[in-house]
Amino acid sequence: MDKKTFATRPKRVALFATCMVDLIYPSVGIATTELLERQGLEVIFPLEQTCCGQPAFNAGYREEARELARRFLDVFGPMVETGQVDAVVAPSGSCVTMTSHFYPLLFQEAKQLELQRRAERLAAATFELTEFLVDVLGVKDMGARLEGRLTYHACCHLLRELGVDEQPQTLLAHVEGAELVALPDYDECCGFGGLFAVKNAPISTAMGQRKVVNLEKSGADRVALCDVSCMTHLNGLLSRQGVSCRAVHIAEVLNNQVGRLAPPEEPPAEEPEKPRRWQDVGAEQ
Amino acid sequence: MSVDVHAPFKKRVEQALSDPALGSAVERATRRMVAARAAAMAAVDGERLRNQTRQMKEYVLRHLPELLEELERNVKANGGHVHWAQDGEEANRIVREIALQASVKKVVKSKSMTTEEIHLNQALEATDIQVVETDLGEYIIQLAGELPSHIVAPVAHKRIEDISELFHEKLDIPSTLDPAALCAAARAALRREFFSADMGISGCNFAIAETGTVCIVTNEGNGRMVTSLPRVHVAVMGIEKLVPTVEDAILQLQALTRSATGQALSVYVSMTSGPRREDHPDGPDQFHLIILDNGRTKMLEEDYGEAMLCLRCGACLNICPVYRTVGGHAYGSTYSGPIGAVISPLLAPDKAQFKELPHASTLCSACRDVCPVKIDLPRLLLDLRADLVVEGAAPLPEKLAIRAFIKAASSRESFERAGKLASAASNALASLSGGNIHFLPPPLNAWTQSRDFPPFARTSFREWWQERMALRQRD
Repeated sequence: MDKKTFATRPKRVALFATCMVDLIYPSVGIATTELLERQGLEVIFPLEQTCCGQPAFNAGYREEARELARRFLDVFGPMVETGQVDAVVAPSGSCVTMTSHFYPLLFQEAKQLELQRRAERLAAATFELTEFLVDVLGVKDMGARLEGRLTYHACCHLLRELGVDEQPQTLLAHVEGAELVALPDYDECCGFGGLFAVKNAPISTAMGQRKVVNLEKSGADRVALCDVSCMTHLNGLLSRQGVSCRAVHIAEVLNNQVGRLAPPEEPPAEEPEKPRRWQDVGAEQ
Repeated sequence: MSVDVHAPFKKRVEQALSDPALGSAVERATRRMVAARAAAMAAVDGERLRNQTRQMKEYVLRHLPELLEELERNVKANGGHVHWAQDGEEANRIVREIALQASVKKVVKSKSMTTEEIHLNQALEATDIQVVETDLGEYIIQLAGELPSHIVAPVAHKRIEDISELFHEKLDIPSTLDPAALCAAARAALRREFFSADMGISGCNFAIAETGTVCIVTNEGNGRMVTSLPRVHVAVMGIEKLVPTVEDAILQLQALTRSATGQALSVYVSMTSGPRREDHPDGPDQFHLIILDNGRTKMLEEDYGEAMLCLRCGACLNICPVYRTVGGHAYGSTYSGPIGAVISPLLAPDKAQFKELPHASTLCSACRDVCPVKIDLPRLLLDLRADLVVEGAAPLPEKLAIRAFIKAASSRESFERAGKLASAASNALASLSGGNIHFLPPPLNAWTQSRDFPPFARTSFREWWQERMALRQRD
């Protein structure tokens, strides 16, 4: 599938925030919005958007996934088709893979050829954030600053389905003050895998553990990545084990939203047992 | 502790994960093969090699009936016999009959996954025929009473330390970590078997239709002994394991050895075109080729022909982070790794027999990118998951959860409502453990057993957005 090319610099984009960013990580959505606006773009967030349906699709529920695919197409399709926006941008390699690669297949499989054609047209104008910044806008330096050692983990869908690898690394290389360190096996899956993380939790955890070990080897304070799903998995392991390294979404790094490194989370302190009421009574006497 | 391949899936995984020796053995073996493959493919135009091999194999699948008939004609013209077997049982029966007629007491075998697939050894042993595996890896697991855990490296799950211990016990040699000494012990034991065997059984890496030739690729020379020393040679091949011409054989050989072990060429390539002729000084008196279906035609009919392009090189296993984490036995099937997760359910009479395997993948796609014929393994895994849902093999709670999720995401109002609910509930849980959620109720406790989960935002992105728009309109 060929991506849309732009004769002139795009002016307006629709933000496909993704459901996890919307509900769990709004700061990533804010960062994405502000990064795009700083590039002089008008950002539109269609409030009708919900979830792209990837969890259902990956679990094998094609009919159910098609429902959400049709819905997504209803929300974003007309914006691109009428020229209201020049592109759709999302801070996720995984959700863009779903809407760009798997929607056309879903409609093709159901012999809904008109929907397939529309999905393909939408896919050509849909970009992952770093891909859009570097390939479409031609930006390399977002003017970000960050202290400490920073590394990069390539999320699987972004790397192997969208073929986006250099773009985020180029952007990170221009973050001032950050010492970029290499992550061994940076392109090996972290073990998240959507429902896999729950269905096959022991394997998922063991795979994530390899990533944790590699992060420790790298000496990084933070690992930037382009998907909040893998970020949740890695931070879940890191925080549980009291490792101080944290995964951060690249948009937050680029938008200077990553603060100073927090001290490792202390295990919750045992609250001193409150004196019972009758003890209070006794003390007052 | 080793993995009990007959235990349920979850148990097998648990056993694999709690065996550090297995983990380090698999890690060592796969890492070595991944690096060797990468170097070998970089040394040539790997992309072109993969494209050409795929095209050739696609041609084979499109012309399968004609090519198989051509192969049969040419094997017969060379003086060999051809037998067609619908399933494993029929193939085993044919081999037994050949053995009976030739008064075979002892069989030597070279490595063959197809005969593992149909459990040929057990079938022969049940009729009091002794079977000796002669590939070093297969020999080791036969001594250990185990099954292969990797398509090309059957003993990938054992460290040299484990093998040393095994040889000390079974071959009565002093413990040693010297690979050459271990090899020499196996070689001495196997030499006696070669000379006393009545029948040699081999697999077939690929057969050449235009010449009626069976090719096997080995690094130890045992394959050549198996196909040339005993009186009878039986080769077993799946219907898809063939190439049209000698030129195509050279192409496939390149793709296969570079992808499997990272060799430009394996140490031995043994080509067998029929039994020994009158002017030949040696070779078997009889040559039999058994062409096995065993679910392969069904695979084609069910539109999974893509999986039939497979060369059985094992590259997808080596690169797979799941395989590298649990090893081959956890898959509980002859074929493991990504390709095993695809073909095990397809070859089985009922896909549900291996219903966990298509889900034993994160769909990271690393396998597809190393496959010498570019099989879209993640896509096939997704298709199988969809089949399992349609065929009713998915658990009901999962079905209900997905339905509820779809309903929540099907309108803005219900999505926002669900978001609010999740925010309230998750923040209540998080407040119990100071920041992150340490415990979620089943089935999500599978997540929190090893990982924290963040609470949902108190203010969602859409709320931030709406507030911002409202402020702007006021300004």
